[in-house]
Amino acid sequence: MPGTLQLLVWLLCTLFEIAVIVCALKKGVFRRYALLSIYMGASVVVSLARFRVLTGYGYTSSQYVYVYYYSDALLTIFLYFALANLYAQVLSELKAERHVRFATLFLLAATALFSYGVVHEASTRLISRFVVELSQNLYFVGLVVTYILWGAILKMRETRTQLIQVVLSLGVYFSLFAADYALRNLYPSMRSISIPLQQVIGCFLPLAWAYTFWYIPEDARTVPARLATVSR
Amino acid sequence: MMAAFIFVVSVVIFLQFFVFYCRSLIAVSAKQPLSPEVQEVTGIQRAASGDDFKRVMQLLHLCPERPEDRKGIQAVGAYFQLLNLVASTVARWIPSTKSWTDSERGHCTYFAAIALERRISFSREMLAQQMDS
Repeated sequence: MPGTLQLLVWLLCTLFEIAVIVCALKKGVFRRYALLSIYMGASVVVSLARFRVLTGYGYTSSQYVYVYYYSDALLTIFLYFALANLYAQVLSELKAERHVRFATLFLLAATALFSYGVVHEASTRLISRFVVELSQNLYFVGLVVTYILWGAILKMRETRTQLIQVVLSLGVYFSLFAADYALRNLYPSMRSISIPLQQVIGCFLPLAWAYTFWYIPEDARTVPARLATVSR
Repeated sequence: MMAAFIFVVSVVIFLQFFVFYCRSLIAVSAKQPLSPEVQEVTGIQRAASGDDFKRVMQLLHLCPERPEDRKGIQAVGAYFQLLNLVASTVARWIPSTKSWTDSERGHCTYFAAIALERRISFSREMLAQQMDS
């Protein structure tokens, strides 16, 4: 059985994920950020599934580790779709929806092919190192894509504060996870603290999005260049 | 080798995103005016100073906590510590960064004062609800 602290983190994280959907609905931004909200809904379902496996098989069981890492990889792929939606919003003036859709599908196909290649190579160590490597790469690709999106925001002079905060919090989330997975890959003995650490980091994104949807008005504006430059 | 590369790049990009995210939180609060009451409590009359941050945070912790703003306050608190670190290290070699860190630390204090204002009105609402019931 998980400890009290782990249960508390799990409960808080799930509540924050529900809070994102509630805040988006209440503030009338659900349609604008539909894929982000659906992603949060999927995260809630995954959280409940993980909890069921956790109580059924135990924290250190291979079943839990398997479900945890593979559901994490699936959620990250889902997050790519949400990112594509953000790209479409930032590049809406260029009428680049078709290109964004094509690029997303290409990225997903490339990720799927790469993943298949790694599975094929490492079929004997499917659970242990493969999933960690796969997740690390997925988060790193997500980080690079978010970084490019931030560059597009600066270039396009996008000023919607909500959108800016959603993208920046996504960047923080991806970079923390990519660093954590890379560290876990560098030092496999850190496995015992890796999952609890990820659960704590995982609370950041829903909380940041809930805060943004709740507090930042839809018409609020920020000059992104001011965030990225040092004033003299 | 690959993992080490990913780790280093992730940490560097994380620092960038973290600073930009904190500055976006601060930028939103900078547009909100402080009520005369909070100005009096915090002693912030015109521009906020980084030296007042600790005191404003102490006042903030006296008020009932709101889960929604906890992460934002923690993030800005960590950003303030990062700025202190920059002020005590980099600013010694590059004096021009000192004025920037001072101004950013002042913005952090203003953010904390706005959070204090929100918590005070939240406490008042709770008290009013209790009185009604």
